[in-house]
Amino acid sequence: MMQRFLNRINFTDIALWVIGAALVGLIVIGSFKTLAEGNYTTRQWLDFVVFGIAQGSIYALIALGYTLVYGILRMINFAHSEVFMGGAFTAYFAADAMAKSGFLKANTFIAILILFAIAMATSVLIGVLVERIAYRPLRRAPRLVPLITAIGASFFLQYTFKGLYGDQFKAYPEIAALKGSYTLGDFNITKIQVVVIVSAALLMLGLYLYVQYTKVGKAMRAVSEDKDVAALMGIDVDAIIVRTFVIGAALAGAAGILYAITFRQVNFFMGFVPGIKAFTAAVLGGIGNIPGAMVGGIFLGLFESVGPILFLDGLDVPAPYQLKDVIAFTLLVLVLLFRPSGILGERLAQKKA
Amino acid sequence: MEHESNKTWWLQAIQTGLIGGIVAVLVSLIGMVESFHERDIIAGQITMGETLLLLLVVTFSYFSSRGTEDTPLPKRLASGALTGLITGSLAAGLILLGKAINLREVFVNASPSLYKILTFENENTTIALMILLVTGAVIGLLTALVHVIPLTWRRATISGLTIAALIALLQDLLRITLTPFPEFSKSIAWMFGSRGQEGLSVNGALVVFIVVTAVNYFSATRGDAVRGRVRALPTGTQRALRWTNWGLLGAFLLIWPQIAGPYLSEVSNSIGLFILMGLGLNIVVGYAGLLDLGYVAFYALGAYTMAVLTTIGGEITANFELTFWQALPLAILGAVLAGVILGIPVLKIRGDYLAIITLGFGEIIRIMFLSDFLKPYLGGSFGIVEIAPPTLGGTPLNTPQTLYYVILAGCLVALFVAYRLRDSRIGRAWKAIREDEDVAQAMGINLTTTKLLAFATGAAFGGLSGAIFASKLSTVYPHSFVLLVSINVLALIIVGGMGSLPGVIVGALLLVGLPELLREFSEFRLLIYGVLLIVMMLNKPEGFIPEAVHKRELHESDNVSTPAGA
Repeated sequence: MMQRFLNRINFTDIALWVIGAALVGLIVIGSFKTLAEGNYTTRQWLDFVVFGIAQGSIYALIALGYTLVYGILRMINFAHSEVFMGGAFTAYFAADAMAKSGFLKANTFIAILILFAIAMATSVLIGVLVERIAYRPLRRAPRLVPLITAIGASFFLQYTFKGLYGDQFKAYPEIAALKGSYTLGDFNITKIQVVVIVSAALLMLGLYLYVQYTKVGKAMRAVSEDKDVAALMGIDVDAIIVRTFVIGAALAGAAGILYAITFRQVNFFMGFVPGIKAFTAAVLGGIGNIPGAMVGGIFLGLFESVGPILFLDGLDVPAPYQLKDVIAFTLLVLVLLFRPSGILGERLAQKKA
Repeated sequence: MEHESNKTWWLQAIQTGLIGGIVAVLVSLIGMVESFHERDIIAGQITMGETLLLLLVVTFSYFSSRGTEDTPLPKRLASGALTGLITGSLAAGLILLGKAINLREVFVNASPSLYKILTFENENTTIALMILLVTGAVIGLLTALVHVIPLTWRRATISGLTIAALIALLQDLLRITLTPFPEFSKSIAWMFGSRGQEGLSVNGALVVFIVVTAVNYFSATRGDAVRGRVRALPTGTQRALRWTNWGLLGAFLLIWPQIAGPYLSEVSNSIGLFILMGLGLNIVVGYAGLLDLGYVAFYALGAYTMAVLTTIGGEITANFELTFWQALPLAILGAVLAGVILGIPVLKIRGDYLAIITLGFGEIIRIMFLSDFLKPYLGGSFGIVEIAPPTLGGTPLNTPQTLYYVILAGCLVALFVAYRLRDSRIGRAWKAIREDEDVAQAMGINLTTTKLLAFATGAAFGGLSGAIFASKLSTVYPHSFVLLVSINVLALIIVGGMGSLPGVIVGALLLVGLPELLREFSEFRLLIYGVLLIVMMLNKPEGFIPEAVHKRELHESDNVSTPAGA
């Protein structure tokens, strides 16, 4: 009896549950202690939340690129973080020129639209080139192969941009019209955060409508369901894949500008961390699932901005913000272990994972 | 490319030329041409930067003039010339654009010296542009002629040129190696340029080219006869011959640091550490097919364990002061434990997800080492200093030349272990998992233990490498353990051939040794790795020295078309 019971429990399962329980315990204890100590005011907590949502919407925009490509090709487009970087980095030169000529100040709205256009165009160009050169010839290869080319493409792009534009940080010009913030009682939101959240929401809404209600969107969904059957139904699979890359890259380019006006700094290496975070967000929401990427992005942003203080401050960890990436990665591991289908994903069997 | 064969030949030639031109403009703008220009291939005649551009034109013209077997010669010549012309004209366009507007505002490398190189230091722009176009076309034309040369001669010439270029690039290596033999090195001094950065002299290049070409030609035509004669020898003699070869190699490895001097020994040591890591990752990725992008974590853990256990003084609270040899097993054990602990959660995760998760682990470890949270124990961003060097019978091994032996011993042990594991029961189980996890499990392979063993063995090699690294530098900083190390190791096993042991060594020599010797390369190291990874995966996914089984596996999909991911 005992023997059979022991046989049924897997050693790995136990280990997993122990790790999971320990982490959840740590989080709960940490949160209670932090709240009990009460070192932070409501206003500060609200600031963290708003910052988290703004950050999360940028993650969500990048995550959509991962999710769209994964949904169709079942591969992680590792170079997507460089697609994001390339747009923002290239648009810097336009921003700089417009700031110097005074155009940015005189026609802020048009100037920002131009920046978006440049960044999105550059990102689309990079995304399409990567697809054409590094991924398309490998459609039928074993899965490890395109993943390795993707890593190669990512490094190639990073260091190409380093060679082209130099390795210093470039400071984006400050946009005068976006200074200041709105306050309502304890609730405080900067104008930049409003712009970020609103434009991300508009883009995501546009994408959702496009995928759900247009013919191309329908074709995309069909290809992601089954490429071969879609081809039999008269869908040009390659064209749809290119279009998917275009959309994903355009969103990444837009995210690049939002990132740049928030943090006002660009560099050839800037894509790496947001890229991994966005991937985490995509997995969190259920990879291949468009609303999932949005929810996952916001959730991760919140978790990352509130988490370090809430979980770790009470445990007397010095400088908890240094560990925010650890928290994000741990979250990724936990999600993959306990709910590999993500928050909104429903059927992600092992054939996809 | 195969879909485009029905296009007219000139359209194809123009297309190839445009791609070539874009690549040429790109390598110019990212600064490669300018930085490679510092080094001469043939003293005073041609630099590495010019060779790079030349090589681009040659490559693209070669492809555009390749055609099919019955393509007539004039068509080939015209294709080649057209491609060369278009490539040249794009470079010319760059010069014109650069003269018209200041590109440097955006592209940091569009400097006056770049234009100087592209215009062949010609003041008059019009003449320079004409020269550029004509050179492009002529080189394209000459490249097309290559198709006419009989195959044996073509191969011999190409290897002659390649070896001459290689010797020119690696002349430092040759010269330093020959310093202990002053007589000999004086007698071949005429082969090289007189100043430091210069490659071969004109005469030297000619001699090398002719000798190598001739040797190649004879080995292609008469080589079979010689090999046949060796094969006809009695088995005993053959075995003796093989053992003599191994003995010679062993003796060479033993006396190498004495010949090489401190600088080259240092380079060899870096190569050795990467060979160690490569062997470890090769077990995880090459044998078991588990793509691990966080391999640097084990390297870091080995290094930090060694550092904490052996440091004397410094800021951190640890006070063990063990010797290198006492700490080494503990460092390896630490890495193995980490391998198992990191392995357990990811057992059920496959493929792409595994790559991302392991990458996350690598970053977690680095951030933890860097954080203020663990600063009292691990030194935060200041790292750990004053790590004891290994000792042997009381003498500290703290020079590159003596440390070499520690690393050599480590590499030999790791090679032996990896070699014996390859065809063992567990090694075959790893390969089964790599090929199909579900089938392997159905065949009775315990996935848990097999995968954990792969992680643990891989981690042990990484930990060993890290431990030696820590005592080699006598300091460790979190900044030494970034993702790029993992990518570096991954690139070297992929270039060498996944799962292949000689491949790891060749990969490390190419990807770690070359950039150390050629400073110009090291600036573009990661860019070149990126290109290498893509090109290898597109054309030769099994690597330069492939492992037989893996090669078969990767080319399976050429015949059977199963939809990816289904």
